[in-house]
Amino acid sequence: MKVDKELVKYIAHLSRIKLTEKELEKFPLQLENILAYVEKLDKVDVNNVEPTSHVLPLKNVYREDKVKKSIDIEEVLKVAPERQENFFKVPRVIEGA
Amino acid sequence: MEKHKLTACEIVEEIKHSKTDSLTVTKSVMDRIESLDGKIGAYVEVNKKGALERASLIDKEKQKGKLAGVPVAIKDNICVKGELTRCASKILEGFRPPYNATVIEKLLKEGAVLLGKTNMDEFAFGSSTETSAFKVTRNPWDTDRIPGGSSGGSAACVAADETILAIGSDTGGSIRQPAALCGIVGLKPTYGRVSRYGLIAFASSLDQIGPLTKSVKDSALLLEVIAGYDEMDSTSVNREVPEYIRACVNNVKGLKIGIPKEYFIEGMDKEISDSIKKAEDVYRQLGAVCEEVSLPHTQYAVSVYYIIAPSEASSNLARFDAVQYGFRSKDSQTLMQMYENSRAEGFGAEAKRRIILGTFALSSGYYEAYYSKALKVRTLIKKDFDKVFEKYDCVLTPTAPTPAFKIGEKMESPLEMYLSDIFTISANLAGLPAISIPCGFTKHNLPIGLQLMAKPFDEETLFRAAYSFEQNTEYHKKRPQIK
Repeated sequence: MKVDKELVKYIAHLSRIKLTEKELEKFPLQLENILAYVEKLDKVDVNNVEPTSHVLPLKNVYREDKVKKSIDIEEVLKVAPERQENFFKVPRVIEGA
Repeated sequence: MEKHKLTACEIVEEIKHSKTDSLTVTKSVMDRIESLDGKIGAYVEVNKKGALERASLIDKEKQKGKLAGVPVAIKDNICVKGELTRCASKILEGFRPPYNATVIEKLLKEGAVLLGKTNMDEFAFGSSTETSAFKVTRNPWDTDRIPGGSSGGSAACVAADETILAIGSDTGGSIRQPAALCGIVGLKPTYGRVSRYGLIAFASSLDQIGPLTKSVKDSALLLEVIAGYDEMDSTSVNREVPEYIRACVNNVKGLKIGIPKEYFIEGMDKEISDSIKKAEDVYRQLGAVCEEVSLPHTQYAVSVYYIIAPSEASSNLARFDAVQYGFRSKDSQTLMQMYENSRAEGFGAEAKRRIILGTFALSSGYYEAYYSKALKVRTLIKKDFDKVFEKYDCVLTPTAPTPAFKIGEKMESPLEMYLSDIFTISANLAGLPAISIPCGFTKHNLPIGLQLMAKPFDEETLFRAAYSFEQNTEYHKKRPQIK
C-alpha cells in the first residue's frame, strides 16, 4: 500500500502528535516498508477462523463493590504538570468563551 | 570476597548461615555499579542511600523472606512509589508514581533490596535499548555492541554483576532476546502468571513481567516471588503458585522436545544454528527425545505482531496527554495544541512511528484488512502450538537470529530491527511461557541463547529442561571481561 505525506499527517492528527517536517519526509517510506512486509498476511486463508484478541478464556471479571481507600489527592496532584486547587489545570477547552 | 558475583540462591544461603549480610552484599554491588556503570550504562537511576538503608534494616531486624537482603534492579517501566519511573521517555519527565506495582510489593514483602531503575527502549519499543531517551546501554561482552532490548539495562546489569537479580518485561521478546545477547537467563512467564498492575502498559494482550538472572534456579526463585493472582489485574489468573525452585531438577529422561523446522531459516547466523544443534545433542545424551516438528504459521508471527502490538500501544499511550502527570509542552494556547505539542516533544521517533502505525491499523477503512486479519492469524499461530503440545513437553529454538549487533547498525531501518524478534514473538502471541538460557559463544566471544517454550502455566517443565542443560554445560560459568 502506498503511504504518502498526507496520510501520515492525517493519522498523526488522529494520534494527537504534531510531526516535524523531517519526520513527515521520513515516515511515509518507513511505514510503507513495514506495511509491505505485513501484507504477507494476505496469503493466509482465514475463512472460518475466529479472531484471538486475548489468549485467556476470560470473560468479564467482577469484584465485590466495596468501598476502599484511594490514593491521597495531594499525592496525585503533586505529579501533575499544572494544578489549581484540587484540579488538573489545562488550557482553555471552549474556544472563544 | 566479591559478593556481587554471587547468585541470589547463594546469597540467601550465606545470609541464612550468617556468612554475610545484606549490607555487605549491597555495598559490593553498589561499588561495582560505581566503578562500571559509566562504561555499561545499565541504570537510569541508582538509589544508593535507599538501598543501603534498607539493607541495614533487613540485617538489623533479621527480616525473613525468600529474597531477604538480595539486591534487585527494576526496569524503568515498573512503578516504584516515590522513585522516578519514566519508561526511558521524556514524556514521563519527573514522574514519581504514588503507588507500587504489585511485583514491587511482592519483592519488598520477601525482603528484596531495590537498587534502582534500568534503561530500556522507550516504552519498550525496540530490540536494542537504543530508543531510550536517556542514554546508550552497552553489551558487557563487547561495549561497541547493543545489549538487546527492550530490557537491555536489566540484562546488562545482571551480566556485568551490577546487580544480583533484575526484573524486566516482555511483549515480543524483550526479556529473552537481551538475556540471550548478554549471556544470562531470561524468562517470560505465561500470560496471566504475573500481575501487571503498575507495569506501564505497552500491548496489554502480550505484556508479561519476568526475571533476568545469572542462573536457572534464581529465575525459579524470583518467579516464585512475583507470580500469583492479583485482584488489581483482571488478566492475572487465580491459580496456585508452585514452588518453582523444586522444579529445578537435573533430569530430562524421557522429556519430549520438539524442534520446529520453521525456526531454522535461510540466512540465519550459522554459529547460532550450530549451537542449537549442539544443544539438541546435549539433550539427547541426557535421555530426552528430540524430534522435528512443524509450526507452519511461524513465518507470519512478525507481521501479526507488528499490527497487534502497535495497535494496542497506540491505545495505551493515549493516556500520555500531559494532563495528569509527566511532561507538558510550554506555550500551547489550546487544549489540542497542548496534546499535539506535548506528544510531539515528549515521544521519540520509534514511539511516534508505532503510535502512528497502530492508529493506522485501527482506523476506519483499514481495521478489517490489518487489525482484524492479524487477530485471525494469531489464532492459527496459537493452534500450531496447541497441536505440537499434544505430543511434546516443550519446544526448543534459537532465541535470536543473530548475536549482539553494533550500536547504530539497525537504527535507520525499523523493519530490520523488528526482525530481531522473529523467534520470540510467537510465545507472546500464544501466551506461552518461554525461557532463554546461554548455549554457546561465537568466535568473537559473543553469547548465544537457546529458547524453550512450554504449555501455558507449565513453567516447571521449562525450569527442569533449562536447569538440566545448565548443570551439564559450562556456558553459564563464563563471565564477560569488561574492557
